[in-house]
Amino acid sequence: MTAIPDTRPKMRGARFLQSRGMRRFFRHKLAVLGLAMITLIAVACIVGPWLLPHDMLDIDIRGRFSPPLTDTYLFGTDEMGRDLAARLFMAGRVSLMVGVAAMVLSTVVGTVIGLLAGHFGGALSTALMRFTDAFLCFPQIFLLLALAAFLEPDAMMITIIIALTSWMEIARIVAAEIRSLRERDFVTAARVSGASHAWIMFRELLPNAAGPIIVAATLTVARAILIEAYVSFLGYGIQPPLPSWGNMLNNAQQYLDSAPWLAIVPGVAITLAVTSFNFIGDGLRDALDARSDMP
Amino acid sequence: MSETPMIRTVDLAQHFPIRKGLPGRPGAVVRAIDGVSIDIPRRQVVGLVGESGSGKSTFGRAVMALDPPTSGRVEFDGTDLSQLSRAALAPYRRRMQMVFQDPFSSLNPRMSVAETLGMPLRFREGGAGRSERRDRAAEMLEMVGLPRSYLDRFPHEFSGGQRQRIGIARALMTSPDFLMADEVVSALDVSVQAQVLNLFARLQREMELTMLFITHDLAVVGHVSDIVAVMYLGRIVEIAPTRALFSGPRHPYTEALLSAAPSPVPGGARKRIILEGDVPSPVNPPSGCPFRTRCPYAIAACAEDRPALAAVGPDHRSACIRTDLDLMPATGRRTEAALEGSPG
Repeated sequence: MTAIPDTRPKMRGARFLQSRGMRRFFRHKLAVLGLAMITLIAVACIVGPWLLPHDMLDIDIRGRFSPPLTDTYLFGTDEMGRDLAARLFMAGRVSLMVGVAAMVLSTVVGTVIGLLAGHFGGALSTALMRFTDAFLCFPQIFLLLALAAFLEPDAMMITIIIALTSWMEIARIVAAEIRSLRERDFVTAARVSGASHAWIMFRELLPNAAGPIIVAATLTVARAILIEAYVSFLGYGIQPPLPSWGNMLNNAQQYLDSAPWLAIVPGVAITLAVTSFNFIGDGLRDALDARSDMP
Repeated sequence: MSETPMIRTVDLAQHFPIRKGLPGRPGAVVRAIDGVSIDIPRRQVVGLVGESGSGKSTFGRAVMALDPPTSGRVEFDGTDLSQLSRAALAPYRRRMQMVFQDPFSSLNPRMSVAETLGMPLRFREGGAGRSERRDRAAEMLEMVGLPRSYLDRFPHEFSGGQRQRIGIARALMTSPDFLMADEVVSALDVSVQAQVLNLFARLQREMELTMLFITHDLAVVGHVSDIVAVMYLGRIVEIAPTRALFSGPRHPYTEALLSAAPSPVPGGARKRIILEGDVPSPVNPPSGCPFRTRCPYAIAACAEDRPALAAVGPDHRSACIRTDLDLMPATGRRTEAALEGSPG
């Protein structure tokens, strides 16, 4: 028997970029715009602080409340004369990191719970889904504030708290998707072959539920950024001097009349990031919709 | 000399609750299959026919030990499968495989052909290495008439007939003793149906397979089966060697099915028996003979006891009390042509 050359990895990459799903995504103008905007924001936050002449903690007493484009201050300075641009980009690192990390955590938790509930069904499913419903019963903001008031609110803790209050939607989406997939014949074929539960869950079911999970995860990033912003704005989130887009707004409200750019600059950053993630989510939903994905 | 049959079902029943009963009051149940006892002898093909909702597929799933039966048992090569745990069932899984009705749902869209075909080998004792799986998959692809270059393709690149061939190749990867084929050609174009049926006939001969071939199409059954079992409302009403059943049906339902097979001769002079009404509800089947509500020969006695399968000829059993009937055999060139090709 001659060996058959394995051309799989190469084909997979090409298949991904040329697939109908990706072509559909790139036809979605707002989604492409969102992707470009997020890339821009991310790059600015990563390299920005190195390119700017001022550190985010440098205090310039004589240059307090400089409006944007004064001297070397791109976005002006705050009440202590710190460079707003430097603070914005450092805050962006924190806010985006919290958003993405909370998304990863809540997606993993939601997917595992949804997968177990959907695959096994029966009493386990009932227990897990009622547990999910119980979490959904609490208004998210109160749960967040209560937890944040008790726990030491550093970036890591805020991420965990946000993840703990936002995995339920993904769990329900995954459970519903898995329940419909497990009736498909290819799953029966795996059972007939003696496949383990783990194989059926992770090789047969999960890859076919990837579309809805990716869409929900993208929208979760947007929500997590927003949640971090308002928790920090209320003073329970990321604590100064570490900046985040939320706590920058907190300081800014006192100077809304005299120095409105202090509020506008981080406000625009939050708005752009959140809407961009939402546009990407919409684009992915069109591209990965299970119904149109079926060949 | 009686050899242990490959598959023997004993009073197999599968009831599905459709409403939860109040405490102390039983809820309604669908009697999808209700006391089926048949033998599938080694290296023989048993065709199971019946209309939609007769319980054919439920029976197939129960035979494959996919759903635990409500009562009765399935013996595979003398072992009662319904008593085995998931782990204890594993060695038997390798010896029994199935092919599915819908070629668009039976292949995982995210797996290449090589992965799909390799899967059954992963789970047998000891497993099989990657190159061994690939070699075997290539061999099986050629066996079902597909080029080995298809190994790295994905299901969406194939037509229904090609997918069905891939599904057949997957079922044969472990060289099973028993193959269950559930309506395997009903989703295919007629021209492709013939190719796939011929493939089954060839594979069955070459690999000495024992098969349960489920279909609603009598012409298909005549083409591939040694023995035909006719199912109605979850019960076997007649079972006989293919030729005997086509030339001398003994149950009125079989007669009606045979007469309904399309004739290729336009206006071919033959009586067609049109059954009145629908299949009765399996939740609340009629008393006595379940077919009596639609049977043109029903008499008062039919409503009393449920007729058991009784011998009416060599290897020929029928569940009808009207043994006095002279029923019409199959006519038309199609069924006869099908019989020419049948092994029986």
